[in-house]
Amino acid sequence: MQNARHIIGVFADYLGQYFKTRLAYRADFFGDLVSNLIYELINLVFIIVVFQHVPLLKDWTRDEIIFIYGFFLIPYALFSMFFSFWDFNERYIIRGEMDRILTRPLHNLAQVCLESMAPDRIFGVISGLIIMGYAAFKLDLSFHWYDPLVFVVLVIGGALIYAGVYTAIAAISFFSDSRTGIAPMIWNIQQYGRYPVDVYNKVIRFVLTYILPFAFVGVYPAAYFLRKETWYTYAAFTPVMGVIFFGIGLAVWNWGVRKYRGAGS
Amino acid sequence: MGKLYLELIRIRFLTMLAYRVNYYSGIIIYAINIGAYYFLWGAIYGGQQQLGGLTVEQMTAYVAIAWMSRAFYFNNIDMEIAQDVREGKVAIEMIRPYNYLSVKTAQAFGEGVFRLLFFAAPGIFLVSLLIPFRFPGTPEAWGLYLVSLMLAFVINTELNLLTGLFTFFLFRNDGMMRAKRVIVDLMSGLVLPISFFPGWAQTLMGWLPFQAINYYPSLIFTGAISPERAWELIGLQAAWIAVIFMPILILWRRARHKLVVQGG
Repeated sequence: MQNARHIIGVFADYLGQYFKTRLAYRADFFGDLVSNLIYELINLVFIIVVFQHVPLLKDWTRDEIIFIYGFFLIPYALFSMFFSFWDFNERYIIRGEMDRILTRPLHNLAQVCLESMAPDRIFGVISGLIIMGYAAFKLDLSFHWYDPLVFVVLVIGGALIYAGVYTAIAAISFFSDSRTGIAPMIWNIQQYGRYPVDVYNKVIRFVLTYILPFAFVGVYPAAYFLRKETWYTYAAFTPVMGVIFFGIGLAVWNWGVRKYRGAGS
Repeated sequence: MGKLYLELIRIRFLTMLAYRVNYYSGIIIYAINIGAYYFLWGAIYGGQQQLGGLTVEQMTAYVAIAWMSRAFYFNNIDMEIAQDVREGKVAIEMIRPYNYLSVKTAQAFGEGVFRLLFFAAPGIFLVSLLIPFRFPGTPEAWGLYLVSLMLAFVINTELNLLTGLFTFFLFRNDGMMRAKRVIVDLMSGLVLPISFFPGWAQTLMGWLPFQAINYYPSLIFTGAISPERAWELIGLQAAWIAVIFMPILILWRRARHKLVVQGG
């Protein structure tokens, strides 16, 4: 417990430093915000334009799809606030920064997360909530008193799935120090989670449920709030999958750190 | 001088060849994207025969060819320029006896040719085996497509040079470059054919250069338009190239005076 409180304290210090460095290049800071917003809006444009031509996608309405998309943004934003080490290989392995990390008192994964966190991604949570709110209003969804709690649990579950998958991928760098390009590949696959899985064929559905469970960061948990009872079991498994996948990611990471030998200069 | 740039193109081509892992994962990324849209469009069409003037077969062919065209015209030279500026390398580049922007363009071209030969060509062949797909019937149609694709490359590269040049003034503009990338993907017709958009949006996009990057060549490839119309579109592309060239010249002239070497 002492340890966790320590990490949170260090986290706050890093947060202050972060805003200082980001605001040094103010134009870029706002450019970043705008570009994230545009990216989120473009996917929305796709949905809206397509539904001008068709009434239903399989048996999902436009607003249901928009709701799923809004939900999809939130676990991802939460994840990328804390795990933004896309350049892990380049920054820590090739440049030898990992050696420095290992001398730090914090757990090495926590240290890496602290150094590369991106708190401005909180805006992704906000735009996700706005999009969801709009869709919920249009769909006239009703919520139970405990739904906000369920929501938090499902979002954390989804974020843990991302964290597990990408931690495991970053850990590959401990074994091979060449760039693999796997992360962008997985990033493209996760985009499948934005749409109902019954759109895809069986193989893709299986992959998205059990192997790279990105259906659990979008359509499955969102289906709970849309009251689609066929998917309730899957929705309920979101936090379980989160814990399992984060556990796997952490295990691969720790194993990799033990194997790590440093890369030259 | 011409020989120098030819050599730069060749070297970038060989560099791409050397980093093969990146190349394989790139193929998979494109396959994933085309696959996702293939299923998505299948579901969107459902039982419907035609949407936005395209049948489901034409639509999947459009998606495939649009992504393959992107393989050729896409490049990251704006990010490269930004990195050169940030690391101070640009100071060295500027005292070398060549034009920095032309060098970047030549490198982008080497990259494009590599991806066209080793990536788009086998990719489109593979796609044609999996989904119903029709290649242009006449050599003339092929020629028109290739001319249009080449001009698309020039326009996209010009836009990249433009956003890259902004780094000289803003020091960091990753956000702007990423925004540009997603805007180009949407407005060029990669994600959605322009004919799907509502009328007012089509009119608006008619005044912007983005659809010349992907929609025109893809339209020519699918054979949905007459050769006369194709020539018109190519003329429009050429006009855009001339128009975007102006701000590049101005910004480049300013940038050389304004340059602040950071780090280094």
